[in-house]
Amino acid sequence: MKAYVPADAAARACGADAVVAALQAEAARRGVTLTLVRNGSRGMVWLEPLVEVETAEGRIGFGPMTAVEVAQVFDGGPLALGRVDDLPWMKAQTRLTFARCGVIDPLSVADYRALGGFAGLRRALQMTVEERLVEVTDSGLRGRGGAGFPTGIKWRTVAGAKADRKYIVCNADEGDSGTFADRMIMEGDPLSLIEGMTIAGVTVGATKGFVYLRSEYPDAIAVMTRAVQVARGAGMLGASVLGSGQAFDIEIRVGAGAYVCGEETSLLNSLEGKRGVVRAKPPLPALEGFMGKPTVVNNVISLATIPVIFERGAAAYAAHGIGRSRGTIPLQIAGNVARGGLFEAAFGMSLREIVDDLAGGTATGRPVKAVQVGGPLGAYFPREKFDVPFGYEEYAGQGGLIGHAGIVVFDDTADMLAQARFAFEFCAVESCGKCTPCRIGAVRGVETVDRIARGDADAIPLLTDLCDTMKAGSLCALGGFTPYPVMSALTHFPGDFARAKEAAE
Amino acid sequence: MTDSSVLSGRVGDILADHRGVEGALLPVLHAVQAEFGHVPQDVVPVLAEGLGLTRAEVHGVISFYHDFREAPAGRHVLRLCRAEACQAMGADRLAEVAQERLGLDWHETSADGAVTLEPVFCLGLCACAPAAQVDGRLVGRLDEARLNALLAEVRA
Ligand SMILES: Cc1cc2nc3c(=O)[nH]c(=O)nc-3n(C[C@H](O)[C@H](O)[C@H](O)COP(=O)(O)O)c2cc1C
Ligand code: SF4
Ligand code: FES
Repeated sequence: MKAYVPADAAARACGADAVVAALQAEAARRGVTLTLVRNGSRGMVWLEPLVEVETAEGRIGFGPMTAVEVAQVFDGGPLALGRVDDLPWMKAQTRLTFARCGVIDPLSVADYRALGGFAGLRRALQMTVEERLVEVTDSGLRGRGGAGFPTGIKWRTVAGAKADRKYIVCNADEGDSGTFADRMIMEGDPLSLIEGMTIAGVTVGATKGFVYLRSEYPDAIAVMTRAVQVARGAGMLGASVLGSGQAFDIEIRVGAGAYVCGEETSLLNSLEGKRGVVRAKPPLPALEGFMGKPTVVNNVISLATIPVIFERGAAAYAAHGIGRSRGTIPLQIAGNVARGGLFEAAFGMSLREIVDDLAGGTATGRPVKAVQVGGPLGAYFPREKFDVPFGYEEYAGQGGLIGHAGIVVFDDTADMLAQARFAFEFCAVESCGKCTPCRIGAVRGVETVDRIARGDADAIPLLTDLCDTMKAGSLCALGGFTPYPVMSALTHFPGDFARAKEAAE
Repeated sequence: MTDSSVLSGRVGDILADHRGVEGALLPVLHAVQAEFGHVPQDVVPVLAEGLGLTRAEVHGVISFYHDFREAPAGRHVLRLCRAEACQAMGADRLAEVAQERLGLDWHETSADGAVTLEPVFCLGLCACAPAAQVDGRLVGRLDEARLNALLAEVRA
């Protein structure tokens, strides 16, 4: 019997290792020879640990599996889900970036190659640098780290810069609450990220890449470290990438628990061994980045999407999406939901479809009150705004942002004043300290929200002023966007800010 | 206890391992913390000299990052996620329970040295929230029963 049990961190956090041990014991007891693959996650986190068994009809799923129920994997039972590829969550997706994630053994070059791996890099190597830059630009790919900057333009700037050394830096700091796409792909299909970084390297003329990976992701660090060795063994990294004569290699660097280090210039300082203080721009990292050299800084998903763009062509990728948001986006559905996980879809879905249909409403069964989109700097959306299509401009037009596409659902017990307070508290803890409106403003914000909580309505205009000051006077989005969650909470849920005076004592 | 010559010897090995690494301070500090469980004050001058930095620069980096400890942690470190997706699933309540049962506030270590309680802002387990980490192990779908089991484990 050939079975798959994810080694994805979420699956392991829900007991996958115990399931593996139980499965092996049960197989031994029955005298069944078991071939076990530790795959990544398919993204259906509510079904983790999801055990899959290979059959003539395809892979049959069982989940959420527990150590005491593994007999069902052999005998069938209520946890049997049928063919995994036929599950509605799988069928409704457009899996481009995540096509292999959860399907293959993450460190198997043969598996990777069998499902399209290396094809993008091979095609890229047959093209001129100019053709490659046009391909990335034409795909419409925009940075998936949050800012949505066109990847092709960034690459062109670095390609055109004259320097003795250039770098590719992969931003794997993924600090936003509600996001785990970077983690999932690094654990489930790490070679796709390496292939994307390699295409970036040979295109812009960089020979060295770094993956700056947050320390909160021990499993991803382990898988990526091994994947780099595997990629060297397969000739994808090294002195001559796939025999092209061009060199490229990658080093994994571990962060040290600072949210602000996800901001690209802070990240570069951190990578240089310094305090992760944000740098003023200009100079752009594309011209003066790591060690002052031209540097591409891209998010994990931006880079991991590059291979499929080259494999299938820019037009095929750009055919998906809406407006200026082309291609697919891995939605990460989290928080208080019946079905949480990763769902890759073309841009354009509404929160109504995402929250009510895909996620199946809340886990608690209570009504949805608010959805925070785009991490701790993203706005809280009330139900009235659930029809906004998922896209960069569409969200910006609503005073929000899609960020790294994390979607965190809250039920009606959520206290939006407490959420506003937390936004300030988080900003205060994580501020790099460079600008006063952020460093001091965040602390003032906590105090001001506390005044409102004590029934002091006069503090509400102060809160609004403070948010304006932070927006105008902050160097980066940590201080500049903290007003989004705060002001959206205040604007859409004013009732939560109208506290009775007597609560003061 | 490590005496200072042993300490500088080990730190010397770590520095030698990182020769040629660009911007080596963070990897070096991670290695120091892996070796000693924290970054002892005494290593600051050794690192400064080895890496051609001032003591103030090294100290500035250590204090900037949440990960680096200037004092040893407890035998176990319990980290509870405090970020939004976990909040939406009742993380605040669980944190109160943990703080009360352990008699600890965030960043404190129990008097018997058994456990340090720390906040963490997202472990990437937001779709199986609330989440926690006990030493190296990740735990999802935390509820009061699971938390109590973890508390018993770390206090033992
Ligand atoms: C406070 C702050 C935190 C950020 N965190 C991340 C992060 O964790 N991952 C990421 O890719 N981008 C993050 N960004 C965005 C980066 O600065 C940068 O735009 C991105 O890495 C560029 O890559 P992309 O164009 O591929 O998105 C953050 C920005 C700010 C202001
Ligand atoms: S806004 Fe805050 S985090 Fe950003 S540069 Fe200013 S002080 Fe640093
Ligand atoms: S918010 Fe707690 S694990 Fe992400």
